[in-house]
Amino acid sequence: MAFYRSQVLVCGGTGCTSSDSMKILEKFKEEVKKHNIENEIEIVRTGCFGLCELGPVVIVYPEGAFYSRVQIADVEEIVAEHLVKGRPVTRLLYTETIDEGRIKSLNETGFYKKQERIALRNCGVIDPENIDEYIAFDGYKALAKVLTTMTPEQVIEEVKKSGLRGRGGGGFPTGLKWELTAKSKADQKYVVCNADEGDPGAFMDRSILEGDPHSVLEAMTIAGYAIGANQGYIYVRAEYPIAVQRLKVAIKQAREYGLLGKNIFGTDFSFDIEIRLGAGAFVCGEETALMNSIEGRRGMPNPKPPFPAQSGLWEKPTLINNVETYANIPQIIVRGGEWFASKGTEKSKGTKVFALGGKITNTGLVEVPMGITLREVIYEIGGGIPNGKKFKAVQTGGPSGGCLTAEHLDTPIEYDTLTALGSMMGSGGMIVMDEDTCMVDVARFYLDFTRDESCGKCTPCRIGTKRMLEILDRIVEGKGTLEDLDKLEELGKQIKAASLCGLGQTAPNPVLSTLKHFRDEYIAHVVDKKCPAGVCQALLQYTIIEEKCKGCSLCARQCPVNAISGQVKSPFKIDQDKCIKCGACLDKCPFKAIVKK
Amino acid sequence: MNQQNCCCCGGNHVDERLEKVMKVIEEHKTVKGGLIPVLHEIQDTYGYLPEDILKIVSKELDIPMAEIFGVASFYSYFSLEPKGEHIIRVCLGTACYVKGAQGLIDRLSKELNVEVGKTTEDGKFTLEATRCLGACGLAPVMVIGEKVYGRITPDDIPNILKEYQDK
Repeated sequence: MAFYRSQVLVCGGTGCTSSDSMKILEKFKEEVKKHNIENEIEIVRTGCFGLCELGPVVIVYPEGAFYSRVQIADVEEIVAEHLVKGRPVTRLLYTETIDEGRIKSLNETGFYKKQERIALRNCGVIDPENIDEYIAFDGYKALAKVLTTMTPEQVIEEVKKSGLRGRGGGGFPTGLKWELTAKSKADQKYVVCNADEGDPGAFMDRSILEGDPHSVLEAMTIAGYAIGANQGYIYVRAEYPIAVQRLKVAIKQAREYGLLGKNIFGTDFSFDIEIRLGAGAFVCGEETALMNSIEGRRGMPNPKPPFPAQSGLWEKPTLINNVETYANIPQIIVRGGEWFASKGTEKSKGTKVFALGGKITNTGLVEVPMGITLREVIYEIGGGIPNGKKFKAVQTGGPSGGCLTAEHLDTPIEYDTLTALGSMMGSGGMIVMDEDTCMVDVARFYLDFTRDESCGKCTPCRIGTKRMLEILDRIVEGKGTLEDLDKLEELGKQIKAASLCGLGQTAPNPVLSTLKHFRDEYIAHVVDKKCPAGVCQALLQYTIIEEKCKGCSLCARQCPVNAISGQVKSPFKIDQDKCIKCGACLDKCPFKAIVKK
Repeated sequence: MNQQNCCCCGGNHVDERLEKVMKVIEEHKTVKGGLIPVLHEIQDTYGYLPEDILKIVSKELDIPMAEIFGVASFYSYFSLEPKGEHIIRVCLGTACYVKGAQGLIDRLSKELNVEVGKTTEDGKFTLEATRCLGACGLAPVMVIGEKVYGRITPDDIPNILKEYQDK
């Protein structure tokens, strides 16, 4: 085995790869070779470090120097100065990690200090395409323990003891699901991993698959042993090419090592896994729809019961869990259910991964103990709202969730507290919105999404979401009435009560929660015909500020409907009746004399 | 891509792509639920799902055309029509939306004179609005082919398009 004096970790997650981190990696290899130190320095491509905002990210150990927004042109300097001469290039280091010239550990920075990584423990640490690195970090130790020292009942007992609940949204107790599937009698059973991460703004499952694919394979194999299945399927989005590729590599390596396939660890237990690609249908995240899709059909949900635990894939008992749920399993087995249950709160045990996005300083992926407050996540870890703007709301749970306001910032994050406030945990997307975001527009955005993704099988969802969207369209165009708000509420309640699957049952949530918490904004749209955030085009007016206008006539020449008139060298005017609010004048005015409000 | 389109509308059918697809169909005859993996392969190979090829799938896998059409039209990843040489996908996930992705779409639509979901008359570009790509750290995000453009504004668009227009 080779020993290196220094390791250079280059993030190979989707965010950093999109900003050319793989070219940066190649450049490092090239430069290291140029200096003849390729036997001393190891260059490793890892999974996501989490702090996507600062990508592309490179970390150099043993110092733990965190280089942010690295450009290809910077690599030469990092190699020559840091790796050859031992002088970190301070100019490129993440400013939070520098303290009076000394490099602080990442765990001392605001972003990482309050995090506790269980599901993400290997992401950004190991090379995801090297099974040996996974094994070196206790990989497949849990599987060995399970197959050689535990009965299936003991495995299920351990998972139950951990208090782990489904991380895909619903929060169903995982151990109970395993037990129910184990108790179903059948000649064939299946284990399925739901990696159809469809919530816009959530990317934790993708990052786990990209950064630590073996943890999911190991957990699925353990699940297979526990419930008595020998075949697993991973249903992953086709939109995640890097994740698919790493899963393929991981499955191949696991087979070569005898960790998948026949007689694993020399026992009687055999288990194998196949990948199935999604094809761009959000509803396939619903478990019965997902199974229909694996069977090669239109991904439409079935009524429950029967539950998958009794009759799932090809009408056989099927255990279906989400990626993040599986990623917790190996550690629960190795360190014990009680260890996991000691974290978090009474009803929500362990940790949860959140994807921070939107108007927040540190966009990225964080894993925190359950029970932490929204304020800690948004301000201490997320670094607050950029550009001195005011916090307005945070959306959790994606299209199924709702918006929470400033008064909820001190709410502890748990499954039940979020549901009680009209939102939900969901898969863990957290989109922060500031004063420039229009809540009516956001509600309309989500409903447009669910209406588009509704599979059409049941009427309340297919037609109800369409009607709700029509009302919202009217409101943002300034044609809404106060009655419309009552209609939205009434319709929303009915869709929730009458829809067949989770998609329809939660689709009205973004509208209902914004109606509850931001009713003033809706009223401003329907009564005053104004959009307070200045987003809804139809409710804005373009006007020329007389004092700033030099009378150059450029705007009048740009206007496609001849709504602007005036004498050259004296202020121009916009005829509001003619104006179609295209904004062409505002873009062109060299004196910034045109405003929209 | 334009050249590719010719061969599946009646022209020269003895090509590598057909052989590749036939091999995949053969491999999936015994695979449970093999239709969707086969459609993926055809979509990747031809850029869309040509009707001629679907007829072969129907015969070989013994699945009625109606059912294949039902599956193909259900999933947004599959297309029954040929697409442009460069596919522009603008992410409309929430993180991108609140950071102004709609402005990117409007600008692209204006610059290329094409509606969302359609292809330009010269067959150069197809403009698509896509679901969350998971690159939320780079919001707003646009992808042309495989190349990702992150943290962009509508004013960056004319310059980016130039790279592709001359090719």
